[in-house]
Amino acid sequence: MEILVCVKRVPDTSENEIEVGSDGTDIERDDLVYSVNEWDNYAVEEAIQIKDRVGGSVTVVTVGDDESEEVLRREMAMGADNGILLEDDAFEGSDGKGMAAILKGAVEKGNYDLILTGAQADDGAAQVGGMLAAMLDLPYAALVNHIEIQDDKKLKIGREIEGGNQEMNEIELPCVLSIQTGINEPRYVGIRGIRKVASVEIPTYGASDLGVDTGAVGEGAAKVKRLDYFVPEMGDGAEMLEGSTEEKVAKLIELLKAKGGMK
Amino acid sequence: MAQFFAYIPHKNGVADDSALELIVAAKKIDPSASVTAIVTGSGGDLDKVADEVAASYPEVWKISNDALSYPNAEVVRKALINSLPADAVLLLPHDTFGMDLGPGLSIKLDSAYVADVVDFEGVEGSDIKIIRQEFSGQVSTHVKCDMSSGAVITVRPGVFQPDESKSAGGSVVDKDAGDVSAKRKYLEVVAAEVGDVDITKSEVLVSVGRGIEDQDNLEMVFELAEAMGADVSCSRPIVDAKWLEKSRQVGTSGLTVKPKVYLALGISGSFQHMGGVKGNPFIVAINKNPKAPVFQLADVGVEEDILEFIPELTEAINEAK
Repeated sequence: MEILVCVKRVPDTSENEIEVGSDGTDIERDDLVYSVNEWDNYAVEEAIQIKDRVGGSVTVVTVGDDESEEVLRREMAMGADNGILLEDDAFEGSDGKGMAAILKGAVEKGNYDLILTGAQADDGAAQVGGMLAAMLDLPYAALVNHIEIQDDKKLKIGREIEGGNQEMNEIELPCVLSIQTGINEPRYVGIRGIRKVASVEIPTYGASDLGVDTGAVGEGAAKVKRLDYFVPEMGDGAEMLEGSTEEKVAKLIELLKAKGGMK
Repeated sequence: MAQFFAYIPHKNGVADDSALELIVAAKKIDPSASVTAIVTGSGGDLDKVADEVAASYPEVWKISNDALSYPNAEVVRKALINSLPADAVLLLPHDTFGMDLGPGLSIKLDSAYVADVVDFEGVEGSDIKIIRQEFSGQVSTHVKCDMSSGAVITVRPGVFQPDESKSAGGSVVDKDAGDVSAKRKYLEVVAAEVGDVDITKSEVLVSVGRGIEDQDNLEMVFELAEAMGADVSCSRPIVDAKWLEKSRQVGTSGLTVKPKVYLALGISGSFQHMGGVKGNPFIVAINKNPKAPVFQLADVGVEEDILEFIPELTEAINEAK
């Protein structure tokens, strides 16, 4: 099975506090630690596991710049066979639809049976997978947490739905699936693994290579535009306990006792 | 002016809570909007829901087809494409169904898409002014969405105060689903596993999140719970890491709990997690990040590293016994 996984480089929220920059047009990006979007790691792991079961290849693709190459190499160190970087000045400022249009170009350059994305990203809208599928006229399912290969024509998949329940579907190949965290346990990648793929060539494609109409992507084509970042006016929030750790412990125990939190 | 629609999910003949929220959301975009509700499905359940929704919306489009008896997003999408006008502004809840349906629908309608909206600030020309959050609520953004060729917008459940007046006295209009063939077939829903502890019945929950950092550290959480006479629950990352079973997960993708006291340890407080905490419990949040959204939702907050604070708390509780 030929599998394409769309990945994205994002600020790592487990490593950073996200703050609004001084002029409000962006978050504070100096000193931010970036990594692969958490959901995408699960998608790549799932692709590798499918390849291990039925053969084929795994290609990872991202829209970005030179710095995005590091996320491709990380996913290649996990076991993806190929990486593709989509980079063009015309891509900048694309909204979700623009991103999907760029990725569509990459999909059409290959011959993929299965296209995976992460279900969402911390700085995103959980939208690109579904848009890409609709543009390609392929069937789609979001929040997939289980994949079984039925035959070379269809998959049996589980979707996460409310209440911890799982919705089972049969879906025809080729298709696009957005992958939910928890579907597998993404393998660890060490420095050595990344070194191994450090010199593998990663082709870079621009709009003309992809046959992407520059009028349909980028800021000019975006129907949805972020105007600013801000910190919302909050209510009073929690009553914060002050003092030494010991004092906080004592106050908290009093409160827990009073509220029935101690049996 | 655009035509406004709200897609109303339903289950077992009862409309989703979002039904009463989406009309409020639409009026926040345009107070003069006449909002048409759309319900899809089949049989008596659909009739019941259509009548229920007509109490809150001036008009309800009822799209009945056996293929719609379970809301398979790929099938619903076709029914909506077949019936919606080109400039429709369609609102739907940002839940696992909305996330499945919305993005692809916006492409097929050639309209704009905005997900997980928490507020609207009206209209300027053809732009809807929208507020969203990013990075699990750590920052908010203003977004403008050009609705001149329509828009599909998913709205975060629970943020708009529901309109309970039910005084619309609306009419139900039958609409044809058209061709709804799809390459994805719904099979069944597999119910969540039941665990050894039923956290939905717990009065006191000690709930642990990503801040616990390592599986081995869970032991201290169980020790604290034992000292308090509480049960242990958790947020999603702990289940994703397979450190605790799914039956202990609190949140919209896990279980809904109704404790008296909820102790959130190293939990950031995303709406998906806190959406599973109901019944207005006394919430205590302990987190080393003073900006964690959980501190906005908690009654009492402690800014401490849980790995250091938990053992001290447990020891003090045990000593006081």
